[in-house]
Amino acid sequence: MKPMQTLTQRLANPTRFMELSRAILPWIAGGAALFIGYAMYLVFFVAPPDYQQGETVKIMYIHVPSAWLAMMGYSIVALSSFGLLVFRHPLADVSAKAAAPIGAAFTLAALITGSLWGKPMWGTYWVWDARLTSVLILLFLYLGLIALRSSLEDEALAGKLTAVLALVGVAILPIIKFSVDWWNTLHQPSTGFTSTVDPSMRTPLLLSAIGFSLLFFALHLKAMQTEILRRRVKTMRLQEVERGERLFTAQAE
Amino acid sequence: MTGFLTLLKRDLALAAREGAALGTALGFYLVVVAMLPLGLGPDLKLLSRIAPGVLWIALLLAALLSLPRMLEADHEDGSLEVMVTAPLPLELAIAAKALAHWISTGIPLTLMAPVLGLMLNLDIALTPMLVATMLVGTPAISFLGSIGAALTLKSRRGGLLLALLVLPLYIPTLIFGISAIGFASLGQDGASASLLILTAISLASIAAGPFAAAAAVRLQMS
Amino acid sequence: MFLHADNLTVERGARPVISALSFTAKAGEALLLVGPNGAGKTTLIRTLAGFIRPSSGAVALKGDSGDRDVAQCCHYVGHLTGVKANLTVTQNLAFWGAYLAEDASGRDRLASRVEDALETFGLSRLSDFPAGLLSAGQKRRLGLARLCVATRPIWLLDEPTVSLDTASTELLSRLIKTHVSGGGIVIAATHLPLGLDEPTVLRLGANPASSGPEARA
Repeated sequence: MKPMQTLTQRLANPTRFMELSRAILPWIAGGAALFIGYAMYLVFFVAPPDYQQGETVKIMYIHVPSAWLAMMGYSIVALSSFGLLVFRHPLADVSAKAAAPIGAAFTLAALITGSLWGKPMWGTYWVWDARLTSVLILLFLYLGLIALRSSLEDEALAGKLTAVLALVGVAILPIIKFSVDWWNTLHQPSTGFTSTVDPSMRTPLLLSAIGFSLLFFALHLKAMQTEILRRRVKTMRLQEVERGERLFTAQAE
Repeated sequence: MTGFLTLLKRDLALAAREGAALGTALGFYLVVVAMLPLGLGPDLKLLSRIAPGVLWIALLLAALLSLPRMLEADHEDGSLEVMVTAPLPLELAIAAKALAHWISTGIPLTLMAPVLGLMLNLDIALTPMLVATMLVGTPAISFLGSIGAALTLKSRRGGLLLALLVLPLYIPTLIFGISAIGFASLGQDGASASLLILTAISLASIAAGPFAAAAAVRLQMS
Repeated sequence: MFLHADNLTVERGARPVISALSFTAKAGEALLLVGPNGAGKTTLIRTLAGFIRPSSGAVALKGDSGDRDVAQCCHYVGHLTGVKANLTVTQNLAFWGAYLAEDASGRDRLASRVEDALETFGLSRLSDFPAGLLSAGQKRRLGLARLCVATRPIWLLDEPTVSLDTASTELLSRLIKTHVSGGGIVIAATHLPLGLDEPTVLRLGANPASSGPEARA
C-alpha cells in the first residue's frame, strides 16, 4: 500500500472495500437486530397506548423510521451520484445503484404503514395529506431512477445518466415539497395531526429509528458487495469470451 | 447568438413541415378532454368545477407526446454529433430546441385550451387566467422535458419511460397553474402570487434544464 | 498548428481499444487510419472529436491562435449524414453553414458558398428538392458538402467514402488535397488510399496489445 493514499482512495478500491465491509457488516447487522428487537419489546410490552389513537399508534414505530430512511436513502443516492459525476469514484455508482431499491422499499413501507395507520385515524386508507403525497412523489422519483437504469444496455452509461437524474431530482424535491404543502393547505386547511410525542414513546421511537437505520446500512453494504461481485463475474465472462475469440482466430490462422 | 437563432429557425421550420406531430398533440388533447364527460357523466356543474384541472393535465400529457422527438430525430440522423462540435455550446443548442418545442407545441396547445374549456362549461371569465397560467407554465414543460428527452435518448422504452421520469417534475407547475385559476374563480387575491411562482418555476427550468440535458447528451456521445 | 495525441488509451466497456497511442499530425498533413474492423478507428476519431474521454493520455492542439480544443475547430463526418429529410438540399447545407460558422465573417456570402458547394458535389439540379428524396450516395455527398461551407482547420472523417461512387471518391480526395495544401489537417479512417500522394498512415491493430507506439508506420 502506498503511504500517499488518502482514506477515500483506500476505500475506493473495491477489494479493500470488500475486506472492510465484510469485517463490519456482521456488527452492523447484529446492532440492527438488537436495536429493533429491544425497540419492539418496548413498543409492545412497555410503551402505553396513545389516549387518542389507542394501539394503532404502534404503527408509528415502523412508519416514522421508514419515512426517515426513505429520505435518507435518496440523499445517499444523490451523494453517490455526485461522487460518480464529479470525482468518478469507482464505488459511487455501486453505492447509488444499491441504495435506490432499498430506499424505494422503505418509501413503500412508509406509504403502506401510513395508509394502514390512516384507516383508523382518518377512516380511509388514503388521504391526500401533504406528507403522504410528498412521499408518494418520492416513490415516483425512485421508480424513475430504477426504470432509467434498467432501460440501458451499457451499464457505465446507465449509471451516469441515472446520476444526472438523481441530481435533477434533488434540485427539484424542495420545490415539489413546497408546492405540495401549498396545494394541501389550499384544499385541506387542517388535518389536526401535529401532536407532540410523549417521552414514554420517544425512547422506543428513537431506538427503532437507530435500529432501522442500521438495517438500512447493513442492506446497503450487502447490496454493494453483491453488485461488486456481479460486476467481477461479468468482467471475467467477457474476458473468457475474448480469450475464446483469440484462440479461434489463432487456430484459423 | 446567431447559431441559436439559426437552430431555432430550423427546428421551427421542421416542426411546420412535420405538421403531423402538432396535429397529433392537438388531436390527443381534444380526444382526452372529450372522453372525460363520457366517463364522468354530462353534469355541467361537475364539469365546470373540474375543467381547469382536466385541461391542465390533458395539456401535460399532450405536450409529452412530442417530447421524445425533440432530440431523438437529431440523434438518429447524426446532427446532434455535429452540433457537439459547433461553436454554439450544446447547452444553448438544447435551449434553442426546447424553445422551438415550446413555440411549436406549448403555445398551440395553450391556444386550444379555451375552446376545450367551452366544451367543459368552464366559466368564460376564467379563460384569460387559464390561458395566462398555461402561457407562463408551459415553458417549464418544454425545458424540464428536455432533460427527460436527453436521458432517454438511447433507452429501449423511450416514450413511456420519459413520461415516468418527467411527470413528477411537472407537479409544481401543475399545482401552481391550478391554484392561480382556483384563486381567480373564488375572487381571491392569491392568483397573482401563484402566477408569479409559476413564472419563477418556468424561469428556473429554462436556466437549469439545458445544463442537465446537455450533460446527459454528452455522456451518450461516447 | 499541429494536433498531438500523447499516450492515448481509450477503453470501451472496461477493455482497452486503443492503448498508449501517440502520434502527431502537422498542418498540411493527411493522416490515414487503417486497420481491420474493431481496430479502434472510429473510437480514435470520436476521441479526437471530444465525444469520448480517454481513460489516460490527452489530445492537444498546439500552435493555434485561439485557446481552442480540437472539437471546436474540427469538422466531424461520421457514419450518419446529418441531413434532414424534410428540408430542401439548399436549406440543409445553408443551416450547417450558418450554424458551424465561427463569427459573422463566416456567414458572409453564405448563399454563394452553398451554391458553389452544391455545384462541386453535383447537387445543383436538386437544390430545391426535399433531401428525403435523395439516394444514399447523394445524401452522403450532401453531408460532405458541409466541409466546403464552413471553414475549419481539422477534418475528422470516419469512413467518408462509404456509399460514394468512384467519381465522388475522386472528388473527395481532390478536396482533401486542397485542404491539406492550404495548411489544414485531415485525419481519415478509410480502407481506400484516397489517391493521396504521400499520406501518413497510422496502422491500428485488432489486437490492443499490438497497437502500441511502434504501430506507427
